[in-house]
Amino acid sequence: MEKKNRKGAVLFSEYKKGEGIKKAITVSRENILFEIRESKLKGRGGAGFPTATKWTLVSAASSEEKYVICNADEGEPGTFKDRVLLLEYPELVFDGMVIAGYVLGAKIGILYLRGEYEYMKKPLEDYLESMRKDNLLGKNILGKKGFDFDVIIRMGSGAYVCGEETALIESLEGNRGEARNRPPFPVTTGFLGKPTTVNNVETLASVAHIVIKGGEWFRKYGTDKSTGSKLLSVSGDCEKPGVYELPWGTKISELLKLVGAKDTKAVQIGGASGVCIPKSQFERTLAYEDLPTGGSIIIFNEKRNMLHVLKNFMEFFVEESCGQCTPCRIGNVKLLEGVEMIEKSKYTFSYINQLKELGRSMQVASKCGLGQSSPNSFISILENFKEEVFSSNGGNNGK
Amino acid sequence: MLVLEKNAMTDEIESFVDKFGNDRSSLLPILQEIQKKHKHIPDYAQQEIARLLDIHPVEVYSVISFYSFLNTKPKGRNIVRLCQTITCDLAGKKSVANAIERELGIKFGETTKDNKFTLEYVNCLGMCDQGPALLINERVYPKVNPEKAVQILNEVK
Repeated sequence: MEKKNRKGAVLFSEYKKGEGIKKAITVSRENILFEIRESKLKGRGGAGFPTATKWTLVSAASSEEKYVICNADEGEPGTFKDRVLLLEYPELVFDGMVIAGYVLGAKIGILYLRGEYEYMKKPLEDYLESMRKDNLLGKNILGKKGFDFDVIIRMGSGAYVCGEETALIESLEGNRGEARNRPPFPVTTGFLGKPTTVNNVETLASVAHIVIKGGEWFRKYGTDKSTGSKLLSVSGDCEKPGVYELPWGTKISELLKLVGAKDTKAVQIGGASGVCIPKSQFERTLAYEDLPTGGSIIIFNEKRNMLHVLKNFMEFFVEESCGQCTPCRIGNVKLLEGVEMIEKSKYTFSYINQLKELGRSMQVASKCGLGQSSPNSFISILENFKEEVFSSNGGNNGK
Repeated sequence: MLVLEKNAMTDEIESFVDKFGNDRSSLLPILQEIQKKHKHIPDYAQQEIARLLDIHPVEVYSVISFYSFLNTKPKGRNIVRLCQTITCDLAGKKSVANAIERELGIKFGETTKDNKFTLEYVNCLGMCDQGPALLINERVYPKVNPEKAVQILNEVK
């Protein structure tokens, strides 16, 4: 899909480079925080933590040094919205970072870009250089005395878990990307022990618009609890895959119609760590209060074997688990073994029930979001597609 | 490693330490630069990085072993990575993989005898709307099919 064909009421609405920064420096920090609070913007990476709360905590922390980190370690299977935002709308993302720097009193912003996106590093660095020329970065930005801020790009090296904010910080500090114990939270003890905000690419892009148009405007879109719009990365069995901007509260059935999906059997919401829903639930809505998502929507048609899909997801988690905590390191291997046993028709239902129980334990006992969410697809596929997995073919799956 | 090669490696690492600084947080950028140029991080480089950053060599090794894009054993001059995650899988990853394996006469995980190619699977490349996707060194190739994939490989030097 080309940029000119992308339409959207919020993120893809008109915006000029530097516009948000120009507006921001004419108003007070409290004022910007107020507008963000009014907008009820929640983190777009998937966890949905209120951005205003995070920023208030960082701005209240007393420290000379603070950091703004943009999390572009977009690794969730089926997600590519950050790639599109960074390549085609860098003005939104970097203006959002500069505004964060202004509000929080930080001088350094770090874009943590995943290793797979190495090819984007050069164009992004060129863009940052053009911002420096326009005095949108550097010292005394746009003539505002004492407002210094610059952005550096740091690369990841192929580790999905580094999308978790504390693992990302560990990686930036030159360590293995293993999640930290929380508390303390990054808002007080983040990069190099300093107060740090880690925000998703899309969250920062939303901030740039909110600064211009206000929190009330943003809140007009979406639902009461999920305000604004969401970028959805749609892939799989449909005619028009790509990035779509839709208000929160959109029904799955409406989305499927829009992207030209036919004979749809299942939709995976939120990537490998999300849930898989069957046809009977297509009237549910995308929203933090119903089906939350970081943006990944994968569509499967009638021809697809759901056990094969599940196996692909579990192989992914076995590879990407960092191995630090036991529930995730061993649990994912056990769940994959279970899928292989079902494939070979060597299972009992009491074994399957034990595995589901194990999945629920992992959701509670894992240290970070990876292990807490990896059983989601296992549990939802085995619950929602029981008939296909256990009954068709006389229970002989894949034969 | 010859003494001359060792000296050259030390010079190279020193220049990266100058560029990125000598604190621990420079470790990953330094490793990434060495990896990019030499396609692996040899033992001697690990020791020199540790010495210049004032950390134990085992710390350097532990970081390398964590990240899938860093490795201590040599690989081919070109690293070919095929996305194995769900949408690329549904879009025909297997047939692309088979075609590449037949053409190069090696399996995924192996390196060709002339050291030109290393084949690897990779998790989601973020090209799900244009799968199957192939990443050769730093460049990404969307919408490949068996024929196109082989043609792309033939064009790589």
